[in-house]
Amino acid sequence: MSSAPDTGAAVRSAPANLPRRRFVNILLGTGLLASAASFLYPILRYLVPPKLPDLGGDAVLAARLSEMKPNTAKTFRFGTRPGLLVETAAGEYRAMSATCTHLGCTVQYRPDLREIWCACHNGMYDLNGRNISGPPPRPLEAFEVQVRGDEIFVRRKQEA
Amino acid sequence: MAGPVASVRAWFDERFPLDDLKALAQKKKVPVHHYSYWYFLGGMTLFLFGVQVLTGALLLLYYRPGADEAFESVQFIMTQVQFGWLIRSVHSWSANLLVFMAFAHLFSVLFLRSYRKPRELTWVSGILLLFLMLGFGFSGYLLPWNTLSYFATKVGTEIPAQIPIIGRPVLLFLRGGEDITGSTLTRLYGFHVAILPALATLLIGLHLALIQWFGMSVPPGVEAKWQAFPEDRKEIRFFPNFVLRELMAWYVALGLLGALAALFPWSLGVKADPFASAPAGIKPEWYFLFMFQTLKLIPAKILGMDGEMLGILAFGLIGAVALLLPFLDREKPFKTRRWITGLACVFLGYMAVMTVDGWVAK
Amino acid sequence: MIKVRDSAPYRSGATIVVAIVVAAWLICSGLIAFAQTKNSCLDCHSNLPEPLGVSVETYGQNIHAQKGLTCAACHGGDANSDDPEKAMSRAAGWKGKIERKQIPELCASCHADAERMKKYNPSLRVDQFQQYKTSVHGMKWAKGDNKVAVCTDCHGVHDLRAPSDPRSKVHPINIATTCSRCHADAEYMKPYGIKTDQFANYEQSVHHDAMVVRGDLSAPTCTTCHGNHGATPPGVANVTNVCSNCHVFQAQLFQTSPHKDAFAAMGFPGCVTCHSNHAIKPPTDEMIGTGPKAVCMNCHTAGDAGSMQAEAMHTQLTNLASAIAASDEILSRAERQGMEVSQPKLQQTQARDALLKARVAVHAFRDSGLKQDTDAGLATTKLTYAAGQKAMQEWRFRRVGLGLSLVLIALTLVGLGFYIRNLEQK
Repeated sequence: MSSAPDTGAAVRSAPANLPRRRFVNILLGTGLLASAASFLYPILRYLVPPKLPDLGGDAVLAARLSEMKPNTAKTFRFGTRPGLLVETAAGEYRAMSATCTHLGCTVQYRPDLREIWCACHNGMYDLNGRNISGPPPRPLEAFEVQVRGDEIFVRRKQEA
Repeated sequence: MAGPVASVRAWFDERFPLDDLKALAQKKKVPVHHYSYWYFLGGMTLFLFGVQVLTGALLLLYYRPGADEAFESVQFIMTQVQFGWLIRSVHSWSANLLVFMAFAHLFSVLFLRSYRKPRELTWVSGILLLFLMLGFGFSGYLLPWNTLSYFATKVGTEIPAQIPIIGRPVLLFLRGGEDITGSTLTRLYGFHVAILPALATLLIGLHLALIQWFGMSVPPGVEAKWQAFPEDRKEIRFFPNFVLRELMAWYVALGLLGALAALFPWSLGVKADPFASAPAGIKPEWYFLFMFQTLKLIPAKILGMDGEMLGILAFGLIGAVALLLPFLDREKPFKTRRWITGLACVFLGYMAVMTVDGWVAK
Repeated sequence: MIKVRDSAPYRSGATIVVAIVVAAWLICSGLIAFAQTKNSCLDCHSNLPEPLGVSVETYGQNIHAQKGLTCAACHGGDANSDDPEKAMSRAAGWKGKIERKQIPELCASCHADAERMKKYNPSLRVDQFQQYKTSVHGMKWAKGDNKVAVCTDCHGVHDLRAPSDPRSKVHPINIATTCSRCHADAEYMKPYGIKTDQFANYEQSVHHDAMVVRGDLSAPTCTTCHGNHGATPPGVANVTNVCSNCHVFQAQLFQTSPHKDAFAAMGFPGCVTCHSNHAIKPPTDEMIGTGPKAVCMNCHTAGDAGSMQAEAMHTQLTNLASAIAASDEILSRAERQGMEVSQPKLQQTQARDALLKARVAVHAFRDSGLKQDTDAGLATTKLTYAAGQKAMQEWRFRRVGLGLSLVLIALTLVGLGFYIRNLEQK
């Protein structure tokens, strides 16, 4: 630190230094303003909400009531993996992971068999996701279904 | 002065004692001597805390507390929100720098003896602030709800449970239950964004007020020299000279934070799965590492008593000593100052060695 | 003098207690004796050398022994008697060593008897012998061939374990090895004039890899396609039926394809024509088309309608495969540089699913069949590649932005420095 004593008495700088002092002032002012702008810019952009409000997380809009019929199913995006929403013949909704537990193919609903089927090696699951025939070693992960108005939401089963 | 500015000043002048305040501000001086650079550390700590408040407030706009949403909301911030990665990474990096700076400030004040009479309460409020900062670090670490934070919190809350009598109530208080659950997240979130900030505001206010009241402390050796040779005494004005220099330091800090955030963005991790087993080599953040490593290395039994419990009590004792340090620096029954310096050096060395050891250990 | 109490009631009480204890001991040892059926044969034969020796450990693993059957159940004789003369007497029904040709009927004497098997496990099948008689092994056995497999050759004899036991010779993981004991022995199989390379071929196959290496017990082994007791190679016309039990889609598409009639007319064995029967290697995109590894060119000539279709299909598949690879490359590059690309990376699985579907669609042998799947896959890779590019752009942007703000900070620092100097030079 420079050890300039506080004399209190203002010593006028020689007029010859004036343009240099002005330059420094302008330099400082510009620097301060510009750097402040470079800090403010990201903050202002941050405050603007992005276009996708959906977190792509656990609660996902799988389908609308109007597009589902009894004994049909719909594959939907659950996070980044596929999910299967089934409306049973009785009108109940079931949702589960659509990734077969054998080798990872995407399963589908068979309205003729009223079961879930994997085309890759003929694996079969029942409507609760339990593996009932063929190669699959484990059941499909079951999800929770919530119907709000016309919208059918699917979310991971909540921890107890 | 241009017309509008003068009239605005006049408006304020008629209502507030601006000139008096200005005179008061002009009076504040900062001593200049061999150790003056250490004076910057306190302001730097304050600045970094300010950065935390600002970035934290911004994160609050998008973060969602709750076991099923927290991780996804942080992922959202990192990937979808414009400059979200910057705000979050600055917040995480600045947290680490803040804790480091707080420790540096503490040790510089200790070695420069600024805690002496009449500044004892300034020291006490400072130690309490250090504890608060560690609390901020601990509570904030869980909020992203990834594997690392989940297990670090699990291990971290199990340690105070060892303390006799109060240990279990402390565990239940910190966890909001027996295990780490969504309730823990909510609770620590409440601490992190409301309770700790309120306490910190009060303590910072007190700390700054005391500093203003007493002025800057001068180390005993320098003070003695100036007593002998008054013409050697040097000071600069706080406004604007010291403030401008501090501004330079703060700008350097901003540049550093920006570089760290852009070049080493804070990782997202993997969402916490309470049913998965703890990954190998789980450890807390670096500023808790020296305690963690000590407790790992301490023998199971010392003189027939549980080793880990003794370790925790030892750290508690050190905390108490730190808090009451100004009152332990005395002339009678013997000069404790050398002891304080010696022990502080030993402890600083111990912390450094243990931190490194904890870092490299598997 | 201490009055001694009348001990009579105590005497009778003590007697009752002793009686109860003795009775309990008798009952318990009786029960134990019942469970551990006496097997005097083993007492001697466990100490004899091969081939007469059967160790206690070996016989203890035998499922028949565990159900309480003794040596006499198969060999006859009296297992209760310790006297070898009495134990191994014809009067007691002793059969001695069982001749190979007698084995199937001996086993069937229990295992084909539903009433008897019900007592042990009601859900066990009882038609094994019937099936055996329809098999190649069974038919040759009936004609007096002593070399063909009988029950004990596959199931073991004294060490016979339940098929679900991983150490059993007929546990799925071990079946191929069991069959190969004869079928890979060129000397042994000489009289029959069939090949002996099946096991060696099977070991190279993707099914063997699934079963033995990855432990997927649902993968096919010899008996899956050939049957176990009724073992017969599927007829040329029936191969597709066998494969279609698991590979449903491929079989359905094949049935609608021009190859179905063509193969039938030429007597080609369906799926085996291109994929082989035992050495079913993991299929590659190079198998289709007109390249050096393409199986199409085994029949088709370059330039004919079929080879044009094959070439078109090959192009579609390789286009999608390279699009997926390109996206993978850019995404992992972005990730290595610290960018968050977990979402597009997981989206890539959709593209890989599409490629999988396209490869299945090949079995319709028309390039129009693949179009839907390859288009879907390419649409996904377009998105993931764009995401990767965006990530790289963002990476560059961050560094440029950082550079710019550092320049401005440096500018301000210089300005501040000079300003302070000016301030203090007054």
